[in-house]
Amino acid sequence: MTTKLFGEPVRRREDPRLLTGRGLYLDDLGAGALQAAFVRSPHAHARIRDIDVSAAIEVDGLVAIYTWEDLPGALAEPLPLLIPHPALTHGRTAYPLAREIVRHVGEPVVMVVARDRYLAEDACALIEVDYEILKPVVGVEEAAQSAQLVHADVPGNVGAHLIQEVPSAAGLGAREAIDAAPHTLAFRLDIERSASMPLEGRGVHARWDADDHSLRVHSSTQTSTSVRMAIAAKLGLPLPKVEVVAPDVGGGFGVKIVHPWPEEILVPWAAIRLGQEVKWTEDRREHFISSAHERAQVQSVRVGFDDEGRILGLDVEILHDHGAYTPYGIIVPIITATQLLGPYKIGAYRVAFSSIYTNTVQVTPYRGAGRPQAVFCMERSMDHIAEHLGADRTAVRAANFIQPDEFPYDQGLIFQDGRPLIYDSGDYPESLRLLKELIGWDDFPALKARAAAEGRAIGIGIGCYVEGTGVGPYEGGHVQVTSDGRVHVSTGLTSQGQGHETVFAQIAATELGVPLEQVSVVTGDTRRFGYAVGTFASRAAVMSGNAIALACRKVREKALRIAAEALEADPRDLEIVDGEVRVVGAPGTAIPLATVAVLSNPLRYAFDAEAARATQFAGTSSFDRPPVAEGEEPGLEGRDYYSPIRSTFASGMHAAIVETDPLTAEIRILRYAVVHDCGNLINPMIVEGQIHGGVAQGVGGALYEKMVYDGHGQLLNASFMDFLMPYATEVPFVETAHLETPSPLNPLGIKGAGEAGVIPVSAVIASAIEDAEGIRIDRMPISPSDLFDLRRAATGRSTSET
Amino acid sequence: MHEITLTVNGVVRQAAVPARRLLSDCLRHDLGLTGTHVGCEHGVCGCCTVLLDGEPVRSCLTFAVTVDGRDITTVEGLAGQDGTLSPVQRAFAECHGLQCGFCTPGFLCTVTALLRDNPAPSDEEVLEGISGNLCRCTGYQNIVKSVHRAAEIMAEES
Repeated sequence: MTTKLFGEPVRRREDPRLLTGRGLYLDDLGAGALQAAFVRSPHAHARIRDIDVSAAIEVDGLVAIYTWEDLPGALAEPLPLLIPHPALTHGRTAYPLAREIVRHVGEPVVMVVARDRYLAEDACALIEVDYEILKPVVGVEEAAQSAQLVHADVPGNVGAHLIQEVPSAAGLGAREAIDAAPHTLAFRLDIERSASMPLEGRGVHARWDADDHSLRVHSSTQTSTSVRMAIAAKLGLPLPKVEVVAPDVGGGFGVKIVHPWPEEILVPWAAIRLGQEVKWTEDRREHFISSAHERAQVQSVRVGFDDEGRILGLDVEILHDHGAYTPYGIIVPIITATQLLGPYKIGAYRVAFSSIYTNTVQVTPYRGAGRPQAVFCMERSMDHIAEHLGADRTAVRAANFIQPDEFPYDQGLIFQDGRPLIYDSGDYPESLRLLKELIGWDDFPALKARAAAEGRAIGIGIGCYVEGTGVGPYEGGHVQVTSDGRVHVSTGLTSQGQGHETVFAQIAATELGVPLEQVSVVTGDTRRFGYAVGTFASRAAVMSGNAIALACRKVREKALRIAAEALEADPRDLEIVDGEVRVVGAPGTAIPLATVAVLSNPLRYAFDAEAARATQFAGTSSFDRPPVAEGEEPGLEGRDYYSPIRSTFASGMHAAIVETDPLTAEIRILRYAVVHDCGNLINPMIVEGQIHGGVAQGVGGALYEKMVYDGHGQLLNASFMDFLMPYATEVPFVETAHLETPSPLNPLGIKGAGEAGVIPVSAVIASAIEDAEGIRIDRMPISPSDLFDLRRAATGRSTSET
Repeated sequence: MHEITLTVNGVVRQAAVPARRLLSDCLRHDLGLTGTHVGCEHGVCGCCTVLLDGEPVRSCLTFAVTVDGRDITTVEGLAGQDGTLSPVQRAFAECHGLQCGFCTPGFLCTVTALLRDNPAPSDEEVLEGISGNLCRCTGYQNIVKSVHRAAEIMAEES
């Protein structure tokens, strides 16, 4: 009997190669290729007066040096603005190599190609760029008020301004509702810059076949199909002559969804021009100063509520730091603005954001993409309301929950995919009940009192979120059963360690009734599947998973039809078990799926014994119709697409207990609990792994990670020595409970899980520190010295009050 | 250029390298052993960890010429001659101790040395033992579990 594989903690099929050094990451490819390196701007804002390459051309092993002036046609134009939005009135993107002005430290100015990377860097060091330094604009509030402009033609440095407003049931606007509420609070929140920081940076390798006029590009990307289209467009090549493959990718977390990166079009262009393979592998400093960051926002919040803590009106103004360019549009602040509502129904809501240009690295989605900021805002509000009313923090949340019988629930806003923000399913009261039980919420006061008696300060915190997952527009899947019985699955979206090969194989094996070992999965290779969007927004399982299931169902239907004819049975009486089509209730009457695959493809030539069974003299064909009937295709294969009407909405709640050191202000997480609902689980082991990893990144954001810019726009901590990502010693053990509210929107009933872990962590830790210390925490991350300063300020205040 | 001889995973290998060639680059690009990864090139992330005469070192902070004549084990050399995965490799697969796999070779080398020196480490000793390796994907929980499981497998098989 075949085990039902969907839902099982099946071990990952990726692991054997990755554990033995046989993985193929970008820099593992292209031995012998020429190597590229870049001269990048040392200034945050400057005009390029002159570029002198005379010393560099003496470098032995140098092959080529390119500046903007060398770039032809579309390559010399600004990079695409990928996601236009009507509110993005002043979208700006960079040139692949800087043209006249540089707008952040790290912007590429000159490309060098040499025999190896050492020599390419030698040449870079000898290139002299003469800059006229311009005044930089750093810090989002400074930029919003500054007369100094990042782009001369963008007044006030405002790239976009967007307001969304949902009135109360009685028709009151949020501001009126707040003014009329029994209680009101106003406060400000600051969230710092962080970054995806995958351990493998970006990288591109390109090979031009001059005979065939075709280009093969490998890129460490989250979207190979889109990189392909960008390359074809920018280099003027016919699309079928361009192949893009995402090899093993060493983490993405959002930063590798941006495309094309300048290097993704410059490296292929150089490969064509030079007629040789060219490769570029990003180094860590380059990643810090020339890829992308996220998170930085300043939020001004006003909230009005009743005696039970029910929110009657919420008004949020957001200043979003977009860095120097907007290649990925305003998706991040749109997500913040819309996901802020979380699992709550509130009376009236108004949110406005301004997306501001600064002379810093561009801001594009990083795991969670705007949601950690949103949840920080809403959950800080909930805690402040509870404090104001002297109520339990979980009771205030419960008073605002959307109830299980209220789904689908329309929040009245437009989500990041341009579609209505309608939650599909969930059970928030049950989720809270599970979480309180898991962390021991009701017993905590006694625990806290005992700790206090020992001179220890501990606190408990909570954070709830809803995450729009599985955004469209679509993904596809292709499934082919070959005459050896093997099942070959492909989908266009890419993988960066999420275990897609395993979960997609589980889906295909379950749908087709074949052993897992017979299924192979290929992702992110445009040679195998050319239509795709990419891996981001916790969408891979929902989108490609369902597309593969639908493709399998097509294959299954065809297999049963062919087998029915061979077995002289009714297709409705057939099942596929262990790779055999059987008559239900008569296991002796069966035909292997491999044979069905042979029968599906009428052949002229017998190239092996199996094939001989499908040739014209094998006696299996009927003479009253053509070998391939009208409307049929040869082969046992199927392709299908899944395109959702709108996003699914996963949800979750986290709680933590922290201890703060009375002397050093060190913050230690003692316990961390997660209740998570991503609909039906395909592989619980993989989902938990995603949650663990997300929480770890969240802990980084809550306590350690912060991009520190000085007033000149220099990133002061552009190394792993100074940008502190947590090691094993800093990340707590995560206790997890699952709730499964299947999504009614897709055949598999699944929602995404990729980003869940990271979203509420800052809010949870802030809540817990606040509980331990009795001091308001309105900014993240919070370091021991930040807490020390807050304590001193609080003591100073209370001293002056007495 | 300097002619150097290294014993890598039990095989004697020769390379001609400039004095500034990093051991990580020598292994990856001169000897074709791309299992050793480079994450930061400043010795913080631990992705490039290999065993030098059995001790874990950062190959990105080591010049290839300085290890002339020495014995090196990379991730490619952890499995048995017949391809059987080592207990540490098996434990990582069993406990979902990896996701993207980029930091994994460094962890495997570190943990191999850790368990050789301390076959039954406590939780705290495991944390200490792997605290020089960054992972951005797993959240470490399953890596810690993998280390304990590897210790168990080694005990069972000894």
